[in-house]
Amino acid sequence: MTPSKDVARTAAAFEYAPAPESNSIATIRPHVGLFIDGDFRDGSGRAFKTINPATEEVLSEVSEATEVDIDRAVKAARAAQRRWARLTGAERSKFLFRLARIIQERAREIAVLESIDNGKPIKESRDVDIPTAAAHFFYYAGWADKLEYSGHGPTPRPIGVCAAVIPWNFPFLMLAWKIAPALATGNTVVLKPAETTPLTALLFAEICQQADLPPGVVNIVTGAAATGAELVSHPGIDKIAFTGSTVVGRQIAKSVAGTDKSVTLELGGKAANIVFDDAPIDQAIEGIINGIFFNQGHVCCAGSRLLVQESVFEEVIDRLKRRMAILRVGDPLDKNTDIGAINSKSQLDKITELTESGLAEGADSWSPECTLPAKGYWFAPTVFTGVSQANRIAREEIFGPVLSVLTFRTPKEAVEKANNTPYGLSAGVWTEKGSRSLWMASQLRAGVVWSNTFNRFDPASPFGGYKESGYGREGGRHGLTAYLAPTHFTTSGSR
Amino acid sequence: MSSLTNSAHLGEVTNSQSALRNFLHGLPGVDQVGADQRAAALGTRSIKTSAKAQALDLAISMVDLTTLEGSDTPGKVQALATKAMHPDPADPTCPKAAAVCVYSDMVAHAKERLGTSGVKVASVATAFPSGRAKLEIKLADTATAVEAGADEIDMVIDRGAFLAGRYLQVYDEIVSVKQACGKAHLKVIFETGELQTYDNVRRASWLAMIAGADFIKTSTGKVAPAATLPVTLVMLEAVRDFHLATGSMVGVKPAGGIRSAKDAIKYLVMVNEVVGQQWLTPDWFRFGASTLLNDLLMQRTKLKTGHYSGPDYFTLD
Repeated sequence: MTPSKDVARTAAAFEYAPAPESNSIATIRPHVGLFIDGDFRDGSGRAFKTINPATEEVLSEVSEATEVDIDRAVKAARAAQRRWARLTGAERSKFLFRLARIIQERAREIAVLESIDNGKPIKESRDVDIPTAAAHFFYYAGWADKLEYSGHGPTPRPIGVCAAVIPWNFPFLMLAWKIAPALATGNTVVLKPAETTPLTALLFAEICQQADLPPGVVNIVTGAAATGAELVSHPGIDKIAFTGSTVVGRQIAKSVAGTDKSVTLELGGKAANIVFDDAPIDQAIEGIINGIFFNQGHVCCAGSRLLVQESVFEEVIDRLKRRMAILRVGDPLDKNTDIGAINSKSQLDKITELTESGLAEGADSWSPECTLPAKGYWFAPTVFTGVSQANRIAREEIFGPVLSVLTFRTPKEAVEKANNTPYGLSAGVWTEKGSRSLWMASQLRAGVVWSNTFNRFDPASPFGGYKESGYGREGGRHGLTAYLAPTHFTTSGSR
Repeated sequence: MSSLTNSAHLGEVTNSQSALRNFLHGLPGVDQVGADQRAAALGTRSIKTSAKAQALDLAISMVDLTTLEGSDTPGKVQALATKAMHPDPADPTCPKAAAVCVYSDMVAHAKERLGTSGVKVASVATAFPSGRAKLEIKLADTATAVEAGADEIDMVIDRGAFLAGRYLQVYDEIVSVKQACGKAHLKVIFETGELQTYDNVRRASWLAMIAGADFIKTSTGKVAPAATLPVTLVMLEAVRDFHLATGSMVGVKPAGGIRSAKDAIKYLVMVNEVVGQQWLTPDWFRFGASTLLNDLLMQRTKLKTGHYSGPDYFTLD
């Protein structure tokens, strides 16, 4: 049909005016210290700076914890642990519910601070990170008085003092993933946030004070790799929960060999997002976008390898490119931003290096036209086609907004290619055929398989990896296992 | 799914009932959860200041101001027509509504008042809202409206035939009504609240577009749920794909249940991001609504003056 109206009207562009979230709601102190035994104090190391990756402005000077600070934190956690574990489950659950509610009440403040320190879009910190973090505290608050019924024996016991070392991609959410189950089960925690994103962890320390959490139950030590290494190797630590790179995970596994420390590791991934020719196409495109561009692709379970059935390859790529063209890259605090800043210079360098290797190895790269801000660390959303399993961009974790597309012909080939990776954290399957989804899920060696969706997180669902993606599960009832020492005792029936 | 990019065979799919069924059932499925999520995500766009002013004016210009009641009278219809020409009598810069939408026997009264104002007269037809009548009656209903001067005909499909799988019958009816329309534009109403599944909405969209619909429209407003964001999303996606396959543009009209300016802006964002800027005119997108207009006017005044006026500052017609 042609516009046969009397006056043909031409449509004006509908440009969204800037819609910035106010940054004044977040208090950023010029200097922040460690949180040990219920109080903030300076560390004895050399303070370091945390910056806003979208502007390169220095936000705060952060204390570095060294051996002596960590020793103090571990001792405080040890002293607190005896009292904390002696509380009834119902008492502990009250504290967890309180933390969850305060997180909800201060959600906007936490979200803004997270976006400023991390670079992620406010819509993600506001709609995903912080609500999901609160949900984890609510969920594990519910378990605290029901541990006897969790399948860990009649009187499950806490392990003791936990060291939690968390990454920069979901700073507050990863804190919740570690602290909520640890506290529910009667453990205490010394947590080290990533050096580029320490601010929301220190805000959580304030929340602990606000909730009257007993001193020493949660301690937060800041610093870089050396601080983390110091923490996990401290003899007073009973359990280590680490989320981060496979390289560091391997070092931790080595360092605890021969000790009685228990370890859970949640490491890297190179997830396959598998699109069959009978997929719900529009939702699959959204799932591909969400799978790789959510959080700038700084997601361990990102769907970074797109496996498309060859018969629909061109159609999927055309649609994907049209969708990528309307992604909005820019100011993380603008409520309409889809893709924010890369978290750090070093991460940007890594992404750049890997994409250059993709080009050098002969793959074709495509990015939509987008103007990136002059200051800060930015990377345009990118898709690589003509990728083969042998290319580095198909094997190594890029941890950025870069998608590698491969094709397959049959379900069997899809499974083979999806599993042909040292990782095994997550996978996505897009098909309208239920029986095929179930069969694929049974064949894929990945801790999470999403069917017709991607990157969905729920505190009730266990999350964790196969192979080099780590071991142990977080979330759900399974997530309690890592924090409980099972007890089995038998009584003689005659007494 | 590859069928969508290939328009060569579109003409053949209506050769037989089975060919049409194969085509419609060969369209890619819609995952309901995913479609709902996408619609909700688009609903979180934050439209402020200059963008909001633009959106409010655009939305006003897209309103099909509607009265479809048994109690409609010439006086009621003419009052509505006056309002459509001058939504905000106090502000001459306020755009006109796109059309008034009435029953076929009211078309002449609306036409008389609207004259050459540029505001169109849309008439529902084909035994609206149920569509339960013989084809001859539906065509006569259409002819009545066209003869009285209707610029646009809003027909309802036979949902019974659609749900029973008699797609060719639905197709033939649309083709016949389109013929009866002459120069008038044809909007095809699906009553998505009765079709229920998004797969059905997508199939109905393609069926109507192949049959020559100028617009596809969600609902009569007489069945709940009426227009929703996800249903409109599915229809917009169909319109986009039809455009890619054939080069032809088809308009979209969500109708019923859209009452606030905030909701209307969510629809405009969806149009902008799903089918693109080209559709952001009253030629290609409409709102079927009655109470929506006053909220648009109220928000428009608020944006200009910085304060809210009471409801009595906006006319009730």
